[in-house]
Amino acid sequence: MNVAVVKYNAGNIYSVIHALQRLGVNPILTDNPEELQRADKVLFPGQGEASNAMRYLREHGLDKVITDLKNPILGICIGQQLMCKHSEEGNTECLGIFDADVLRFQPQKHEDKVPHMGWNQLHFAKNEELKVKNEESHLLDSGLFKGFAEGEFVYFVHSFYVPVCTQTIATTHYILPFSAALHKDNFYATQFHPEKSGSVGERIIKNFLEL
Amino acid sequence: MLAKRIIPCLDVKDGQTVKGTNFVNLRQAGDPVELGRAYSEQGADELVFLDITASHEGRKTFTDMVQRVAAEISIPFTVGGGISELHDVEKMLSAGADKVSINSAAIRNPNLIDEIAYNFGSQVCVVAIDARLDENGWTCYLNGGRIPTEHNLFDWAREANQRGAGEILFTSMNHDGVKAGFANEALARLAEELSIPVIASGGAGCMEHFRDAFAIGHADAALAASVFHFGEIGIPELKEYLRAEKINVRL
Repeated sequence: MNVAVVKYNAGNIYSVIHALQRLGVNPILTDNPEELQRADKVLFPGQGEASNAMRYLREHGLDKVITDLKNPILGICIGQQLMCKHSEEGNTECLGIFDADVLRFQPQKHEDKVPHMGWNQLHFAKNEELKVKNEESHLLDSGLFKGFAEGEFVYFVHSFYVPVCTQTIATTHYILPFSAALHKDNFYATQFHPEKSGSVGERIIKNFLEL
Repeated sequence: MLAKRIIPCLDVKDGQTVKGTNFVNLRQAGDPVELGRAYSEQGADELVFLDITASHEGRKTFTDMVQRVAAEISIPFTVGGGISELHDVEKMLSAGADKVSINSAAIRNPNLIDEIAYNFGSQVCVVAIDARLDENGWTCYLNGGRIPTEHNLFDWAREANQRGAGEILFTSMNHDGVKAGFANEALARLAEELSIPVIASGGAGCMEHFRDAFAIGHADAALAASVFHFGEIGIPELKEYLRAEKINVRL
């Protein structure tokens, strides 16, 4: 399988490459449009600041390449946020793949520390809010969470979040319920870091590679 | 719900773990990567690797080890020991560490906290504080607890928080090695005064001590070394126990 990781100015890209290698896949790290289009699977990971990341993507023509991809692409953390319409971080126009705006966590009480950092749980169909907003629910058949049970833990580090929207396929509760994962057509995204989420994260990456 | 974290700490010298281990079925207990992997498989939430090497060659070995950990272990890890300037942080992060822990260097040059937060984000910057309770209150110490400072624990922790630290790793020197429980009163006060997570360290002897660090000390995470290394407490049993005690942990 031909797997590519989007090369841009975000941090922590190598942990995704290591995670793929642990699954026996040797990805290419590239910002070359043809290589990205040719890949069977593309990963769009990273940690960083939204406005700088978007500026880099535009300057390198990667914004158009990513939105035009036909094969499955998985955005991770800042990758998920950049795939939304707009981010409060640096008041940034993003790629507009998902129909949601990225907001900053607003602490409601002393215990609400920002960034949201650590292991938190994934919720699927049991989440009432999600059921209402996502009537044509493709919750558990998105493929990304094949074989998953309610409440499994994954690792998060973020100060901004994507509210629950029609493309939400999993939620997590921190201060409020937010989108832990999104799906639309060939576009997938997780707010958490599957590459740092132990064996649970490995199952998600494996599911993505098998889509 | 966000889980409370259990963090084994591994002291590393010249590429080998220092404290002995009673790990069953582990052929190379001295290899920090093997030991770290075993902890990860047992359910540790994060790992901390502390470089206690003095020599230049040892430092190089440590960087190689960090690269191996990043390649082989799939949970977050922090590295500390010998990080004194921004360049050291950059080196550890590019080797694959998720966070760095700074201790004496932060007291000597508090600006380092601001620089790390500005360049890499607060989540990368763990400020470790060794403090001892004496007649003057809680005093911070340098160089692994050898040199007392003018700093009060709570004042310094607040300053570190304000400068952009992502977490405070507080070790009570009164409790460290005594195995009679964590410094829960001081922990609770830190939790009250700070807006960032607090990691409790020093004093773990039995499973109840972890419960108290969370329930009484309001810590976000608890770190220990010897009780895990010597197999006195197994992480799976500890987590089952904490779950039964209504502490939210990742199982």
